[in-house]
Amino acid sequence: MSKTHVATHINGDSYEFLCNTQQTLLDVLRHELDLKGSKEGCATGDCGACSVMMDDRLVCACLVLGVEADGKKIETVEGLSTGSSLDPLQQKFIDLAALQCGICTPGVLVAAKALLEKNKNPSEEEVRFWLAGNLCRCTGYDKIVRAVLEVAAEARNT
Amino acid sequence: MNDMTQTNLERALKIVGSRPARPDGVDKVTGRALFGADKSLPNMLVGRVLRSPYAHAKIISIDTSKAEELKGVKAIVTSTDFEDFPSEFVPNGEMVVNMKDITRNVMAREKALYVGHTVAAVAATSEDIAEQALALIDVTYEVLPHVLEVEDAEKPGAPLLHDDMITIGIEPAPESASNVAKRVEFGFGDVEKGFSEADLIIEREFTTQQVHQGYIEPHACLASVSEDGQAELWCTTQGPFVVRNFCSKLLGFNAAQIRVTASEIGGGFGGKTVVYLEPLALALSRKSCRPVKMEMNRAEVFTSSGPTSGAKIWVKIGVKNNGQITAGDCVLKYQAGAFQGAPVGPGAMCAFAPYDLKNVRAVGYDIVVNRPKVAAYRAPGGPISEYGVESVIDEIAIKIGMDPIDLRLKNAAKEGTIAPYGPKLGPIGMIETLEAAKSHPHYSAPLGPNQARGVASGFWFNIGGETSSSITINEDGTVGLTLGTPDIGGSRASMAMMASEELGVPMELIKPIIGDTNSLGFNFLTGGSRATFSTGTTVVESTREAIEELKKRAALLWEVSLDQVEWFEGHARLISGDEPKTMSLAQIAKQAGKTGGPIMANCSMNVTGAGPSLGTHIVDVEVDEETGQVSIIRYTAIQDAGKAIHPAYVEGQMQGGAVQGIGWALNEEYIYNEKGELENTGFLDYRIPVCSDVPMIDTVIVEVPNPNHPYGVRGVGETPIIPPLAAISNAVSRATNKRFDELPLSPPKVLAKLMHG
Repeated sequence: MSKTHVATHINGDSYEFLCNTQQTLLDVLRHELDLKGSKEGCATGDCGACSVMMDDRLVCACLVLGVEADGKKIETVEGLSTGSSLDPLQQKFIDLAALQCGICTPGVLVAAKALLEKNKNPSEEEVRFWLAGNLCRCTGYDKIVRAVLEVAAEARNT
Repeated sequence: MNDMTQTNLERALKIVGSRPARPDGVDKVTGRALFGADKSLPNMLVGRVLRSPYAHAKIISIDTSKAEELKGVKAIVTSTDFEDFPSEFVPNGEMVVNMKDITRNVMAREKALYVGHTVAAVAATSEDIAEQALALIDVTYEVLPHVLEVEDAEKPGAPLLHDDMITIGIEPAPESASNVAKRVEFGFGDVEKGFSEADLIIEREFTTQQVHQGYIEPHACLASVSEDGQAELWCTTQGPFVVRNFCSKLLGFNAAQIRVTASEIGGGFGGKTVVYLEPLALALSRKSCRPVKMEMNRAEVFTSSGPTSGAKIWVKIGVKNNGQITAGDCVLKYQAGAFQGAPVGPGAMCAFAPYDLKNVRAVGYDIVVNRPKVAAYRAPGGPISEYGVESVIDEIAIKIGMDPIDLRLKNAAKEGTIAPYGPKLGPIGMIETLEAAKSHPHYSAPLGPNQARGVASGFWFNIGGETSSSITINEDGTVGLTLGTPDIGGSRASMAMMASEELGVPMELIKPIIGDTNSLGFNFLTGGSRATFSTGTTVVESTREAIEELKKRAALLWEVSLDQVEWFEGHARLISGDEPKTMSLAQIAKQAGKTGGPIMANCSMNVTGAGPSLGTHIVDVEVDEETGQVSIIRYTAIQDAGKAIHPAYVEGQMQGGAVQGIGWALNEEYIYNEKGELENTGFLDYRIPVCSDVPMIDTVIVEVPNPNHPYGVRGVGETPIIPPLAAISNAVSRATNKRFDELPLSPPKVLAKLMHG
C-alpha cells in the first residue's frame, strides 16, 4: 500500500511526512517524527495522555488519523515552553508537586492550557469537568486542579 | 543508628520538611522524560504476543512453521525457549514468588490458565507483520472447564488448575489436590472465650471484586542481545535488579550478562514488580540478534498483567457495652489468579492490626482461579481484610451508640501492643491519627440531606530490604547521587533533600540519578513504601561517610589531626585554633587530586526497622436514592508519616491512595462473562476515578518518628489505599440505614440494596 504525503505545522514548524492511511496522529508523532512527549495510555481516547491541539481544538491524537493533520496546525507538549522559559502551567505543576510519575502530565498540561485559553476564570468544577478526559492514577487530581486554578488566578492579576 | 536519629530529630532542619522543586520536574513537564515505550534502537524489531482465547485449556501442540515462513518474521518463541524450574518459593517484597509458576505465567507450558495467558511471541520487522504472524501460529487446545470465583474453586469436584496442588498449612496434609494453595493463621488468645465475654457480637460476610492498579503507562521494554550473549534491557519497572534476576533465571543468563536500565515509570502501584514482556523480548532478541521492542496495549494490561484479588471474607467481632473489644475473628478467601500467591498472608496479618486485642484470630486461604495471576497492589491484601474489619467496627459503634472514633480510640494499638501477627509494636500513630481526625473541622461539619459521614482506619507494615546507593563529590563542589530504586513519585527529590541536609549544600547542587544494574549493588524494588525509608537510609549513611572523607582532606590541608575538624553547613571547620578557619566543600573538592584522589562513598545494606504507618480517613457521601449513585462530597486523609521529607509528595501519596481507594469502593471491578473472558478491558468500562468524580482531598500529616530512620521516616505510599473502602461503605450504610457488605458500591448494586434490602 502506498503512503500518503502529509504537510502540516507542528509547534510552529513545518513538517512533511509519509504515512499509511490507518496510522493515527499519535503514531505519526511518536514514531515518524520522534515527538515522544505525547503518550499512549489506551489508544481508545479514554485516558487523554496523548492530548494535543489541532487547529486550536483539543483532541486525543490516538483518535485522529495522521492524514487528517494535512494542512492543519498541531500543538503538542513539546511546544508549551519557549526557549528556556516554561509555560506558567509547567512551572506551577513543578512548584505544587502536581505530578508524581509524570506519564499523564503532558496530556494534562495541553488540556489545561486549552481550558485557560477558552476560559480565563474557570471554577473548580469547570476545571474538573474539562480535565475529566485526562486520567491520572497517582495524584488524586487535587494538586493538578489547584495548579490550574492558581495559574488562572495569577494570569488575571497580571 | 539510634544515635544519629537523636541528632537529626533534635537538630533544626533546613531542607527536610520543605517543598523544593523535584530534580526531574522539567523533564516531566516538557515531555522530555523517557518512559518505557519512548526508546528505540537502530535495526529494531517489534515483538507481539499470542494469547490464549480460553480460560482453561490444555495446549496439545503449537505449530509455528507457517508463521516462520512469513517474510519479515525474525524470531518466534514458545515455552520450549524457557527453562523449567522445580517448585521453590522466593520472597519478593510483601509477596512470595515461585519460579516454577513465574516461567509458566511468562509463557504457558502444559496449559493455558486464563484468557490472555501468553502462548507464543513473535518478533518481526513491523507491527503489521508481527500481527499477521500471530494469526499464522496454529495452536491446538483441548478446552477444559474453568472456575472464576473462590467459592466455586474450593468446592470438591471443581475444575483443578494444577493437579499437583496440595494445600500447604493444613495438618495432616490433604490427600488429594485442590485449588486451595495455602492456609495461613495468625493470632493469639482464646477467641471463643473472648466472644463469651462480649455484650454484643457482630458477624458479617463481605465480597470484594478483582481490581487493577490502573497505571496509565502500559508495560513496555526494549531488549538487545548481541551475538556474544551480552544483553541490554530497557524497561518500565519498579525494580531493575529484580527484573535482571528474574530474566537471568528464566533465560539461563548470568546476572552480569544482563544490564537492566529502568526507564521513567508511568505508575506501578505494585503491578510493575514482576516480569511479563521482558523475558519474551530478551528471548526474541537472543534468537534474532536484533533489538526487540515490546509494548502491551491497554486490553493486554487488563487481561495479562497482575491485578489484585477479589475476595470473600467473614468477620466476627465481640464487644462490651463500653466499647472494649473482647475478641476478633476473621476468615479471608482471596483469589490468587492462575498461580498461587494471593496476598492473603499480609491481609490476615494486618486485618486487626490497628487494635490492641487480647483474643484475635485471622485465617486466610490462597485460592487459584482462572484469572490472571495477581501481583502486588499498594498494601497488598490490606485493603480487603481491613475493609471487612472496619465495616464491622462501624456497625458496632452504631449499635452501642458510641462515636466511631471513640470506639477506635478505646481499642487503639499503641507502643507496646502485641500485634496480631506476633511482634511487639514500637512507636506508632494510631491514637495520634484518630485524635487528629476527631479534632479536624471536617468531623463536626454539618451534613446535607441524603448525606452521611464515614470513618475508617488502616494499618500497613512497610518494608526495608536490600539497598545500595552512592555519592560522588565532583571537583567543582557539586554532588552526584546514584540510586537504585526507580523514582515513581518524586523520590529523587527526597533523596537529594536528605543529602543536602547532611552536607549543608544547596539541593540544586545535588544531582540524583537512577543507576542501572551495573552501577550499584543489588537494590530491591521501589515498593512496600520502602524507597524513602531504605534508599534514604543509605543516602544518609553514604553522605556521612563522604563528610568524614571531606573532613580528612581538610585536616590534611590544614596539617591538623582529624579530630580537630568538624563539619558545619557545607564547610569543614577547625575546632580549636587561634582564629576561626573554614574550608568549603567546593574548596576541598577542588584540591581532591592532591589530597588522595576523587571523593566518593557508598552504602550497601539490608535495611531493617521499617515503621508501620497508620491512617484514618473521613469521608462525606451523598446517595442518590433514585439512581443509586454515590457522590464523594468531602474527603480528609490523616496519616502518620513518621517524618515527611517532602510534605507535598507525602500529601500526594495520601491523596492518590485515597482516590484509588475511592475507585475500588465505588466503581472498579473485573467483569467476566460465562466463558471466562474479561468484558471490561478498557478505561471506558473499567472506570477509574476521573477528575470530576472527586473533591479536593484534604490531608493532615501526623509525625510520630520511626526511631530506625535517621529522620524518622516510616514510608507512606501504601497505607492511604486501605481506609477508603470501609470509610465509604460506612458512610453509604449510614446514609441509607442499610449495612452494605459488597464492593464496588456501583449504582446498580446500591440501587438493588435500596429497593430490596
